[in-house]
Amino acid sequence: MSDVLAVAEHRRGELRDVSFELVTAGAELAGDGNLHLAIIGGDVDAFAEELSLDGVDTIHTVAEGDEFNHDVYVQAVAALYEELAPTYVLMGNTVNGLDYAPAVAESLDIPLVTDAIGLENDGGLVVTREMYASKVESTVEVDADNAAVTIRSAEWEPTEAAGEPAIEAFDFELDESRVRSRVTGFEEVGGGDVDITDADVLVSVGRGIEEEENLELVQNLADALGATLSSSRPIVDNGWLPKDRQVGQSGKVVTPKFYIAVGISGAVQHVAGMKGAENIVAINTDPDAPIFDIADYGIVGDLFDVVPELIEQFE
Amino acid sequence: MKVLVTVKEVAEVEEDFELDGLHVAEQFLEYDLNEWDEYAVEEAVQIAEENDDVEVVSVTIGPERADETIRMALAKGVDRAIRVWDDALEDVDLLDVGAKTRLLSAVVEEEDPDIVLTGVQANDDSFGATGVSLASAIDFEWAAVVNALDLDADGGVANVRRELEGGVEELTEVDLPAVLSIQTGINEPRYASLRGIRQAQSKEIKPLSLSDLGLDASAVESQLVLTDMYEPQTESDAVYFEGEAADQAAELATVLRDAGVGAQ
Ligand SMILES: Cc1cc2nc3c(=O)[nH]c(=O)nc-3n(C[C@H](O)[C@H](O)[C@H](O)COP(=O)(O)OP(=O)(O)OC[C@H]3O[C@@H](n4cnc5c(N)ncnc54)[C@H](O)[C@@H]3O)c2cc1C
Repeated sequence: MSDVLAVAEHRRGELRDVSFELVTAGAELAGDGNLHLAIIGGDVDAFAEELSLDGVDTIHTVAEGDEFNHDVYVQAVAALYEELAPTYVLMGNTVNGLDYAPAVAESLDIPLVTDAIGLENDGGLVVTREMYASKVESTVEVDADNAAVTIRSAEWEPTEAAGEPAIEAFDFELDESRVRSRVTGFEEVGGGDVDITDADVLVSVGRGIEEEENLELVQNLADALGATLSSSRPIVDNGWLPKDRQVGQSGKVVTPKFYIAVGISGAVQHVAGMKGAENIVAINTDPDAPIFDIADYGIVGDLFDVVPELIEQFE
Repeated sequence: MKVLVTVKEVAEVEEDFELDGLHVAEQFLEYDLNEWDEYAVEEAVQIAEENDDVEVVSVTIGPERADETIRMALAKGVDRAIRVWDDALEDVDLLDVGAKTRLLSAVVEEEDPDIVLTGVQANDDSFGATGVSLASAIDFEWAAVVNALDLDADGGVANVRRELEGGVEELTEVDLPAVLSIQTGINEPRYASLRGIRQAQSKEIKPLSLSDLGLDASAVESQLVLTDMYEPQTESDAVYFEGEAADQAAELATVLRDAGVGAQ
């Protein structure tokens, strides 16, 4: 039996999906213990109502600020930890999770395991996680009484069934002198002339293309298919394609009829942007590349051999 | 002003590899500078170019083998390097975030930097936590996943953009001193010039042991124990096209055409 404190996430007035997944993971981990859910900042009452879900025992609201601020989160979670003495603290492995979870663990002096894809709790915590760009999976045993864990997005099903948790406003005094960063605004990354979210067919290129001048090859394939060209992140980082062509967690989420991934490994942050495609085709030299796990059609082969042949088929 | 940049040499696994207990067998590993750290190094060097009297120091936790990778950072403009290693680290399978934080905190105490740059994550174990954990330990402010940085050293703040999910960026003002974890794409990492490579040969890489840092073996005791490592079972139910490239392409073309793709 372990009590768990999970921390919900929201942005610009909306709860993020990971909040509902944290409830699922938290309830599993807690077993017969209590699942506490913290909601920090924003419209906490509305969020509390939305998160009154099956498996949650108590919701603790902290009405402090409108948006995420890591200094506030670290203080509030630490105060809740003192008050509730949970065995585990559960957070999302999101961009904001990266910005506060390590400081929570450090300030509470408990070990941290990030990006969990599996959790097991019998007598001690065992976490499954990936290494080496998803080529290897590992299990990690926590050799301590308490721990902080962040869970990967979309690994646990979101909880949807309603429940009747107690909702309590947590009595919390913020130490303003320790708030040393201020969020001043948000900006959407500017759109260019091509909208990849609109395309029926995407030819998407990754680091397997090697050189900027080879991009012509995949552009030709896109032209032959009447498709639009998109890419993984490194292609945009290199400045070879503009940012609005990037598919993934920090780029666009696309749902075309066909997504043809050429020389893309299928990193989790990439998959987050394209797993909703109707048909996924993967062309990759590495038969173990994670992209094949979600592909409907696979070609294990060298793109420099396969793509020219494919173009020929459509000429 | 002093900028400390953390640099990790990471192992990349070759396409075909084998596991040897709790490790990938050594012959299937290739070592390289962590992708995210390349951008952190470039950002540090640009700070030095844009401001007067800036020293850029890199710090690595790693064995002597890492010197080759560290030299690349020195060739790109890092002034000098520190490499922390100790026999006590030799047998640790998984150095957890806490242990890395204790080592780097000791280096920060010694070097007293104004700003620390790290990569968002290391490509091997992908914890993505060292920078923010370090900030908490040394009582610096911080920001994670920074993809634009405008440093106002006189004003005592860094104006950053944090790259959130879904193409949204957060604009944040961070008080200095601070630790910033740098995202890929923030800049264009330079290639080392021949002159840079030559100069790097005479720059210092200072090895520091635990006792040099005033620590003992307890500092690297990990609270996480690696208990298993395996190749994930493929969940693929893809239809594979076999044969020569021409055959594979023909079969895929049939599927695409049947779905109305590329039909003239
Ligand atoms: C906070 C954060 C946000 C991120 N956001 C995104 C995002 O939005 N989008 C995104 O894509 N990534 C994102 N990433 C990066 C992500 O983790 C990966 O680094 C990236 O997706 C890898 O891109 P890739 O598949 O093109 O390259 P790699 O992983 O290097 O894969 C290249 C692939 O090409 C194959 N290949 C090589 N040569 C050939 C050949 N001749 N023929 C066929 N195949 C070949 C290789 O086998 C390999 O599988 C993010 C990372 C972080 C930390």
